[in-house]
Amino acid sequence: MNTLTPLRFHVPEPASRPGGKPDFSGVAIPKAGSIRRPPVEVAPEEIRDLAYSIIRVLNHEGQAIGPWVPDLTQDELVAGLRHMMTLRTFDARMQMAQRQGKTSFYMQHTGEEAVSCAFRIALGPNDMNFPTYRQAGLLIAHDYPLVDMMCQIYSNEHDPLKGRQLPVMYSSKKHGFFSISGNLATQFVQAVGWAMASAIKRDNRIAAAWIGDGSTAESDFHAALVFASTYKAPVVLNVVNNQWAISTFQGIARGGSGTFAARGLGFGIPALRVDGNDYLATYAVAKWAIERARLNLGPTLIEYVTYRAGAHSTSDDPSAYRPKHESEEWPLGDPVIRLKQHLIAAGAWSEGRHKQTEAEILATVIAAQKEAEAFGTLHSGGKPSARDIFEDVYAELPPHLRRQRQQIGV
Amino acid sequence: MPRMTMIEAIRSALDVSMLRDDNVVVYGEDVGFFGGVFRCTQGLQQKYGVSRCFDAPISESGIVGTAIGMAAYGLRPCVEIQFADYMYPAYDQIVSEAARLRYRSSGDFTCPLVIRMPTGGGIFGGQTHSQSPEALFTHVAGLKTVVPSNPYDAKGLLIAAIEDPDPVIFLEPKRLYNGPFDGHHDRPVTAWSKHELSEVPEGHYTTPLGKAVTRRQGEAVTILAYGTMVHVALAAVEETGVDAEVIDLRTLIPLDLETIAASVARTGRCIVLHEATLTSGFGAELAALVQEHCFYHLEAPVMRVTGWDTPYPHAQEWDYFPGPARLGQALRDLVEVR
Repeated sequence: MNTLTPLRFHVPEPASRPGGKPDFSGVAIPKAGSIRRPPVEVAPEEIRDLAYSIIRVLNHEGQAIGPWVPDLTQDELVAGLRHMMTLRTFDARMQMAQRQGKTSFYMQHTGEEAVSCAFRIALGPNDMNFPTYRQAGLLIAHDYPLVDMMCQIYSNEHDPLKGRQLPVMYSSKKHGFFSISGNLATQFVQAVGWAMASAIKRDNRIAAAWIGDGSTAESDFHAALVFASTYKAPVVLNVVNNQWAISTFQGIARGGSGTFAARGLGFGIPALRVDGNDYLATYAVAKWAIERARLNLGPTLIEYVTYRAGAHSTSDDPSAYRPKHESEEWPLGDPVIRLKQHLIAAGAWSEGRHKQTEAEILATVIAAQKEAEAFGTLHSGGKPSARDIFEDVYAELPPHLRRQRQQIGV
Repeated sequence: MPRMTMIEAIRSALDVSMLRDDNVVVYGEDVGFFGGVFRCTQGLQQKYGVSRCFDAPISESGIVGTAIGMAAYGLRPCVEIQFADYMYPAYDQIVSEAARLRYRSSGDFTCPLVIRMPTGGGIFGGQTHSQSPEALFTHVAGLKTVVPSNPYDAKGLLIAAIEDPDPVIFLEPKRLYNGPFDGHHDRPVTAWSKHELSEVPEGHYTTPLGKAVTRRQGEAVTILAYGTMVHVALAAVEETGVDAEVIDLRTLIPLDLETIAASVARTGRCIVLHEATLTSGFGAELAALVQEHCFYHLEAPVMRVTGWDTPYPHAQEWDYFPGPARLGQALRDLVEVR
């Protein structure tokens, strides 16, 4: 006789859904300053615990404490704050522009500004990022012109990508920013290849791979870790865990592994988790991993624990899949407010200066927007030529494309 | 001039390219120390070191994905997928990434990458070692697709592919590696050494991409073929006595439409021949182009002789393979159309 209980199918569920009470009791938050800082030469097996913790520098009072306090000057921190504020203002204006019909699509960074802004400062000028769609801080913190970003978003006559790409899929080799695909995870393994090439050529440049929590489930993520591990590629493998992949909570991609950082351990890749809403901690951990890569010590995996406070894109409404006020309950707070609080506590900033800076940034962004809109928006004004459809498919126009171009008469 | 098999010619192309350009790197499964399961990379690791020729994990998406990153860096990777049948895990990287990188970045990033893969059947490889997936590449904007039919072209085309600024899919008909094969599986195997196109210069030369070549001149019908099927076509022509013109396409994209159209305009009849499955195969594209460009010269419908629309079977290989008997019948049928 069969006495076995029938099998049960398991589908993980988030702690709460719309109408429920936000619940982050499952997110263990260590005290700021409480996590050790090993030397970069450390053996991966000696720091396995760092894949399950969260490195934090800023405490509740805004003080920077512990072994991970980075060597950033107050001026550099003010610059970092400005980058994040610029990104947030830029987002607000472009989100509105999309609602006004000036472009088809937009993706905000709200709540995640520290990750890309701080990482860019830690990286060298000639290194290469392989970003996803939510790392525009890599451009803003590297002085990429706001007007060019907007022209790309508007697909207008000055769009550097000639109207071929969805909004926010920027590309700038000069700024160490690889062309964004829009297909998920593909760039993660390409970054490893770029880093392998740098090592093959005995160069000193390193690569940075970027991926979200959801797309770590793609097989390209696994491939990237295998190649990075096998060839000890000089690459920093960044996983931005913002808790949500569109409407899917991070547990669906994470499965039974405790954290995304822990994915690195099976590959012998040192893996660290960091408070992604803490500009100082993010910078410090990025710097540690970048130094490792630069010293030929191989790849490092970093999981940035953060929260996507806004929608995934202009095409979804988060209140349909998570509690409406969940973002306010996120235990790691807001990256802009936290850095501002730190600078004020350190005597380097004030509410007054903050307000004044906000106004300055808004004026700068609006001026850039006016300039960009003079070159056209998606549905009005100057637009890329239909001829641009056929250019750059190949280095040289082949006969069949020449015939097709003739058919539309351009 | 030395005589080479197709394997030796491919190896020579890689050797010449690696010697001329430090940026050429070669890797893939079993490619390094062992020199590849078909031995195309034999000796390259010993000659150029492990950083220029090395073994890769069994991960086709990883092989192509890393190669795209290397190409974006400025290298010229030439990677091997062990069998074309294994390329599907890499298809996203090929289609969404390699093929579009120049376009989507407006030339800011480019992808000078060659992906070599053995293609086609005739070796009792069953459904996972016999496929001819060329149409899956010719359908993708931004890729070039090359299929050589002999050692001389294989070397010249591969060097041209490595020097090309865009991604090239280089399909190597595995049944041709060691000798010309005309589809007569029951006859003794012939060696390349007796074939005139096994005379291969040792040094550097290129065979331009996008240029077909006429292997046999004829007046009655034009046969469009590539890879192994070029040899099948020549055999069928000889056996039937039909005065057919045989065009070896060599490159599918970009396609040498000029050579094709000029020939069909003269013969008025056309057979498209390939080993891949019929429906939506590259032959469909060829038939459509011939119809568009030669309609008023055609005296009969364009015919297709291809593999069946089934997976590639194992034991029934020779019932599947479009050999000289099947082509011969089609030739006789076609010339009878009045």
